[in-house]
Amino acid sequence: MTTLGSRRRWAGFAIGLVWFFFLLWPLMGIKPGGLEFLPALLVWARIAVAALFVFVLWLLKQQGALGLLERPAARLGGSLSGAARAVPRGLWIAAVLAAAFCLPFFAERYALDVVINVLVYVCLGLGLNVVVGLAGLLDLGYIAFYGVGAYTYALLSVHFGLSFWLCLPLAAVFAAVAGCVIGYPTLRMRGDYLAIVTLGFGEIVRLVLNNWMSLTNGPNGILGIKPPALPWLVDGHWRMLEVRALGGLYYVILGLAAFTVLAVYRLNHSRIGRAFEAVREDETAAQLMGVNTFAIKLLAYAMGAIFGGLAGAFFAGRMRFVSPESFTFMESAMVLAMVVLGGMGSIPGVILGSLALIALPEVFRGFELYRMLVFGGVMAVMMILKPRGLWPARRVGQRSEERGRG
Amino acid sequence: MEYFIQQLINGITLGGVYALVALGYTMVYGIIQLINFAHGEFFAAGGYMGVILISWLAAQGVPPAVCLVLSLGLTMAYCALLATAVEQVAYRPLRQSSRLSVLLSALGMSIFLQNGLMLTQGVYDRAYPTEITRGGLHFGMVTLSYMQILIVAVTAVLLVGLNALVFRTRIGKAMRATAQDKTMSALVGINSGRIISLTFAVGAGLAAAAGIMVGLYYGSVRYDMGFVPGIKAFAAAVLGGIGNITGAMLGGFIIGMVEIMAAGYLSSEYKDVFAFIILIAVLYFMPTGIMGENVDDTRV
Repeated sequence: MTTLGSRRRWAGFAIGLVWFFFLLWPLMGIKPGGLEFLPALLVWARIAVAALFVFVLWLLKQQGALGLLERPAARLGGSLSGAARAVPRGLWIAAVLAAAFCLPFFAERYALDVVINVLVYVCLGLGLNVVVGLAGLLDLGYIAFYGVGAYTYALLSVHFGLSFWLCLPLAAVFAAVAGCVIGYPTLRMRGDYLAIVTLGFGEIVRLVLNNWMSLTNGPNGILGIKPPALPWLVDGHWRMLEVRALGGLYYVILGLAAFTVLAVYRLNHSRIGRAFEAVREDETAAQLMGVNTFAIKLLAYAMGAIFGGLAGAFFAGRMRFVSPESFTFMESAMVLAMVVLGGMGSIPGVILGSLALIALPEVFRGFELYRMLVFGGVMAVMMILKPRGLWPARRVGQRSEERGRG
Repeated sequence: MEYFIQQLINGITLGGVYALVALGYTMVYGIIQLINFAHGEFFAAGGYMGVILISWLAAQGVPPAVCLVLSLGLTMAYCALLATAVEQVAYRPLRQSSRLSVLLSALGMSIFLQNGLMLTQGVYDRAYPTEITRGGLHFGMVTLSYMQILIVAVTAVLLVGLNALVFRTRIGKAMRATAQDKTMSALVGINSGRIISLTFAVGAGLAAAAGIMVGLYYGSVRYDMGFVPGIKAFAAAVLGGIGNITGAMLGGFIIGMVEIMAAGYLSSEYKDVFAFIILIAVLYFMPTGIMGENVDDTRV
């Protein structure tokens, strides 16, 4: 059910929407050279056509005109899901893993690149999911931990020549420490104050990276980071070789992503996960039940930061270059959008969200520019239409009043 | 000493701008407890609409003074309307939802507006016609440019006007009543939906005026110019005690002064960091701000 219950509210919303676009039109249409209303009008026209299409589909569905298509589809879906449930869950996971493992042998370079990107964002999204989805703390500076991880590996690799595998846990540790440093003063605050303070911290981290010339080389970034090394069979001997091919990098990030999924899944179903949930639902009640809320919130921060740090270290190793440009607020907003779009607290939801936000724009290459525009709009509309996301999380615990209803 | 006075003047100028933006945050927060992330975008939209109108009017041969006043008024009206539209589309349907939903919707709206500006107005800086306000008064080493006088004057007029609106008129009384207790004010016949729209409109109008003045002062506008000043203005609102109008004005001037002094005496690279540090320190040590956030009489 949406928040727009009655028809009258819908009408008000629609009128508001038209009015909103009408008002935006002059702002976007007036150019230095003169008046150019056409480009903005074209964009609006596209949006209007898309909205109309969705609306007509919805109307048809309401009228039952789609029943012809829908009923067989529902029957097919039902039988499929029945068959799917008959297959043991382990088999499914094995199949997905096998498919993921075989991917580099079939996919071309470009597709592999996109998939690697998606997996990096899966790690980030799941990390943020621990903070936002499980513990209910809105963090708008999450990308700072990604930056800390990336710079940890970059600096250690360039200055001390340390290997990727040694730096990976170090990056996680540094990110966790950063999480605690940021978390300690901020966690006493209320919900939206916390959001704005984490945003401020995220910006501070970026500004420091940008201005600390002697350490980070400022806006020019750090060059010459070594890629991760993997054991490889050379002339009958196992050697650690640096991975430059995309295939190798793919396996590294696949491993990291699998580790993240597993860790977050286990966390979700653990005692700590329950505590996170209790803090999210009602902090005072959780405290009364003996949950050390401050420690639990700090832990959520540190846990989330760890996954961000791991993804950051991989990012540095893959790009072999880091600069503060990669850690702006827009990235934070994007990761947050993945979590929200997919469904807060839901692992498949977050994976779906990162697929939707990273892979879909690659498919619609021509709309590349419109990506952030669409995404801001979708984020606002999602809150109205489907506030719990595409794949809503199933709560592990239940509230007592829900249990009564069965 | 002269350097200090110069910095003082610059600080007051910048502080006035922050105060104008901070008022929008504080009024909206006071009335519906929402951090309006899209508020910085009204500031940027005001900057763009201002440059568009000023260049267009100047090209029509309108005298500079009339041109400035006219475009200021039109831009404020435009952004006020835009803000009510945003409120109607993105916030009103969520009145009964959780606060996180509204916050995310505001964030989405901010991204949408910012990228809309970028797509249609380009990613590069847009130059402002500065010849209107060139020149200034010189006292020894200290320069007081006409631009700064203009900014301070406009800010003062707007702040006095806002004070009069909130504390002297019936509408202002309705706004304060709605901020204190929505149900109760609805019971005595105040249309709270309309009052909330009006609050958004007033806040965005002030932000738009600030946007024009920043454009004139620095000579250019950019599509993402709303973001950092937005956070700083929010810091100012928090510093003054969120929901408190007088506090937001004071907070704006303090943040502007701190930023200019820090840039002048400590490090200009880290000047943005100081505003964030103040924000965090205030929230940590005195979360109700200087003037207090629950002073019911001054709350909107």
